Amino acid sequence: MQAAMNTKRNLVTAALVAPAAAWLCVFLVLPFIAMLVFAFGERAPEGGYQAAFTFAQFANLPTRAAAFWNTLVLAPAGALLCLLVAYPVAYYLAVKANPRYRLILVSLVVVPFWTSLLVRTYAWMYILGSRGVPNLLAMIGIEDVRMLNTPGAVLLGIVYGYLPLMIMPIYVSLEKLDRRLLEASADLGARPVSTFFGVTLPLSLPGVTTGVALVTILLLGEYLIPQLLGGGKVFFIGNALVDLFLQSRNWPFGSAIAVTLVAVVVVVLMVAMRIAWKVAGTRQVDLV
Amino acid sequence: MRAFISSVYLFLYAPIALVVLFSFNAGRSASEFTGFSTAWYGKALGNTFLVSALENSLMIAFTSAALAAVFGTMAALGMERLGPRMRALFDALFAAAIVVPGVVIGIATLVALVAVFSFVNPAIATLWPGAQPPQLGLGYGSIIAAHGLFSMALVTMIVKARIASLGRDIVEASSDLYATPLTTFRLIVLPQILPSILAGFLLAFTFSFDDFIIAFFVAGSKTTLPIYVFASIRRGVTPEINAIATLVLVASLLLILTARVLMREKKSKSGE
Repeated sequence: MQAAMNTKRNLVTAALVAPAAAWLCVFLVLPFIAMLVFAFGERAPEGGYQAAFTFAQFANLPTRAAAFWNTLVLAPAGALLCLLVAYPVAYYLAVKANPRYRLILVSLVVVPFWTSLLVRTYAWMYILGSRGVPNLLAMIGIEDVRMLNTPGAVLLGIVYGYLPLMIMPIYVSLEKLDRRLLEASADLGARPVSTFFGVTLPLSLPGVTTGVALVTILLLGEYLIPQLLGGGKVFFIGNALVDLFLQSRNWPFGSAIAVTLVAVVVVVLMVAMRIAWKVAGTRQVDLV
Repeated sequence: MRAFISSVYLFLYAPIALVVLFSFNAGRSASEFTGFSTAWYGKALGNTFLVSALENSLMIAFTSAALAAVFGTMAALGMERLGPRMRALFDALFAAAIVVPGVVIGIATLVALVAVFSFVNPAIATLWPGAQPPQLGLGYGSIIAAHGLFSMALVTMIVKARIASLGRDIVEASSDLYATPLTTFRLIVLPQILPSILAGFLLAFTFSFDDFIIAFFVAGSKTTLPIYVFASIRRGVTPEINAIATLVLVASLLLILTARVLMREKKSKSGE
């Protein structure tokens, strides 16, 4: 009787997870295996893939060093710039803002994240393009200012695109902060500045770590922002991948770059988890 | 501090507002507002390529989000009943589906599907009795599959969080009163997790509707709205793109706001 019930229970469990498990196998695990196999193959003369076992694609990686360099410099730089803007906002929302308006103010931060990144990046193309700000500058006599297609434009687009994702985790960790700690610190004679550096900042580090890690990881695979605001002059790994797959059709080399990108993401993730572990309890982040 | 916060909000919304404003510009200019007009909306909606791209996007977003809502919820319910090791495996795979960059998901799916098709299509051709065997290829199916992966992970994450906050006592009370597990699910569990399922569906819909990079790799010859917008931007900035961009913004705004209201409701009901 008990055994029969257990069997039934297991069958129900299996039926519940089966579709998702099949989906994960066919559209996540299998594609990764295929990509790994391709990365050790050769480019067929007409483009695409030809079976082989060679490390040539990985040996070839230095030819795309510029894309790796740009990504590995601009992604963390963008994440840190985001942090500089995001921290005061998160602090204000969690500690200073009037509770009555807090929900609306937080919503106003989250909502842009869920609207089209393409449209939001296009907005800056529009503003920084020759008919936008440079045109206005020309009217007051400052001629020939180029804003689009510079690293600065890409960084601006990054901060704009990922600011909500940086604010949220920091806000969550600050919101959970026990106010009595701040009062205790003040009662013990600490000035506001030392309370901030001695109590608030350390306690918000889990949120800071999560935010920086999330934004950095997403930026490592960014394509649209450097494509639209960097205009082929400031290109990321993502741009190299699109070029290799959809233009020059060198799939094995592209796969090798994609595999390397995943390895970089895993390393960043592990470092972030290490840090999160050190700065104590990681918290569940509500992205919605 | 106040001034800084205000300027950040201005920074977040001014560019969007500018795009919306110039979508109503009578002239072609991107820097000079020459008069109010909805002509560009008429032009955009009269554009058959654009309208068919929009239809494709809506169909793909609806299908992938609906599949994700059903299978993701089932997975969230099933994972509760799994042993710790299997659960950790599922957690890791779902986390991978979310964390791996879209560009990599796109490439990996493309490579795998093309490899599978190169085996399957000749096999179908030899087995097919008729003269013209069907050819499997990239298209709607591959976009739905790739979007469904991320969306399923998203729905599972949201519904699992809701299940975790559910009171066990009420479920136990229900079975003590001789309700069958199915009745308990229908009358007790489902009503409580339904808002989070709907929120997951809407977020998945928004994600799929706005996704460019994954679809760019696996769409084959099909066009989605973001792919169309991207191609038009490359041809040059026009007020027509502003009109399309405004429509896209309004659509995703409505979706995300509904999702937030649903999630909020769940929180107030659980007494937070």
